[in-house]
Amino acid sequence: MSAFVPGRHAGKSIVVTGGARGIGLAYAQRLVAEGARVVLGDIREEDGRAAVAALGSAARFVSCDVTKKAEVDALMAEAMRAHGRLDVCIANAGVVSHSPFLETTEEEWDRVMAINVKGVLLTGQAAARAMIETRKRLSDWKGGAIVNIASVNAVVVQHGAVPYPVSKGAVHLLTRSMAIHLADHKIRVVAIGPGPTKTAMEAAVLADPAKRRIREIRTALRRMAEPEEVAAVASFLASEEASYITGQTLFVDGGRLVLNYMMPE
Amino acid sequence: MRLKDKVAVVTGAARGIGFACAKLFAEEGAKVVLGDVMTDIGPASAKAIDPSGQRAVFVKCDVGDPKDVQALIDTAVSKFGKLDICVANAGINRVKDFLDVTLDEWSEVIRVNLTGTFLTGQAAARQMAKQGTPGAIINMSSCNAVMAIPTITAYVASKGGINQLTRVMALSLAAKNIRVNAIGPGSISTDMVKVVAKDPSVRRAQMARTPLGRYGEPEEVARVALFLATEDSSYITGQTIYPDGGRLALNYTVPVKDDA
Repeated sequence: MSAFVPGRHAGKSIVVTGGARGIGLAYAQRLVAEGARVVLGDIREEDGRAAVAALGSAARFVSCDVTKKAEVDALMAEAMRAHGRLDVCIANAGVVSHSPFLETTEEEWDRVMAINVKGVLLTGQAAARAMIETRKRLSDWKGGAIVNIASVNAVVVQHGAVPYPVSKGAVHLLTRSMAIHLADHKIRVVAIGPGPTKTAMEAAVLADPAKRRIREIRTALRRMAEPEEVAAVASFLASEEASYITGQTLFVDGGRLVLNYMMPE
Repeated sequence: MRLKDKVAVVTGAARGIGFACAKLFAEEGAKVVLGDVMTDIGPASAKAIDPSGQRAVFVKCDVGDPKDVQALIDTAVSKFGKLDICVANAGINRVKDFLDVTLDEWSEVIRVNLTGTFLTGQAAARQMAKQGTPGAIINMSSCNAVMAIPTITAYVASKGGINQLTRVMALSLAAKNIRVNAIGPGSISTDMVKVVAKDPSVRRAQMARTPLGRYGEPEEVARVALFLATEDSSYITGQTIYPDGGRLALNYTVPVKDDA
């Protein structure tokens, strides 16, 4: 298992949306362990407060619905108020949706697009504005990084899910677009495209051997990802070690997208 | 020290990106074997990393020659006891219009870039499989694996081949706990690029296609290699990461700021 890189994010101020549990919380744990101060945004207030209690004094929680501009702006404002700067934002908040094409309702489409796409736009805009302000305040600022969370579903689809993959495809392109627009502001923008990860969101899959098998035979490494493995990638991309990487989606998929057929049983 | 007690082999390590990888790996605690055909500067490159010769050694290696490649891997084992990480970085380029490329020129580039990466990866993976320990193989691709420049026919073809070779290797070696990934740099400030960038029109073209507005440094590519060499990338295999300053994302061009 990966080891923390001590001091990698020392002194940085980082916002994580959807940070109350799952992979979002794993990002926060890793970044705090590597020296960052984090502000978690999430609609799950109870989970959020429990996460902050576990993370200690380096963490704060702000109730935040990423579909509402005022709440996203308030989240970034809290990071600026508490830490005087914003260095990294991880736009992780998102929902899954299991609705096949013919059954997808207008309401479901709008709900998923609002959270997964508009939410990433609003988060990215507010984070970038806070980073531009940070650059004005700090003459030796090393630059910022925005990490959007996409999915392998940004480029592949499965039966029974329409809005989710489309929303993640949009995150993939939004990442490229943000990278181009923010390069001159010393802000890199990248995305992570995880494969199935062992989180609460995937609890139903983990409990069902048949569902699990479908995922494992289409994964070269023959297992689902641990949240910590995805967090390790976010930590790298958010750090200066990825200083020449921008506009890219890095697929953390255990060898899924490259596999034509199936792994042997 | 993220590579404490690890042993790494880097081909094309006498200078440029290969040297930066070997140097960074050594700084992170690894013992490194540097392979290269450049016997004039190779030994000094190894010495620059470790003057004592205890943690870094140079081996003359033409990656297109299976005997040389085997000797390189064998050196890691005889000198440092094992092999954990292999960076197949050696590569060459020849600039010529497509219509004028001779078979010999084509074959020369394919031999080093593509066949050399295959031979290096196979020899490294055989050693790792024999040990039964986890391994990481990192192939040096290019953003020219997925885009193209009309005057470097064999180079572009070889790098496209390296991306696919990386995928095959990742699938073949997954069960042995060997991860295989590639790095596809954009315009990096190496001797190879500096030669062509002397031409202001080339430099302007490169910067117009680079949103970050600057060349990458070899160390910035080495840091990606370090990430791929460590357990931080434990769920990544078969991928190519592009440290390209944003090039692949860019449809048209960006304004070139410094035209000097």
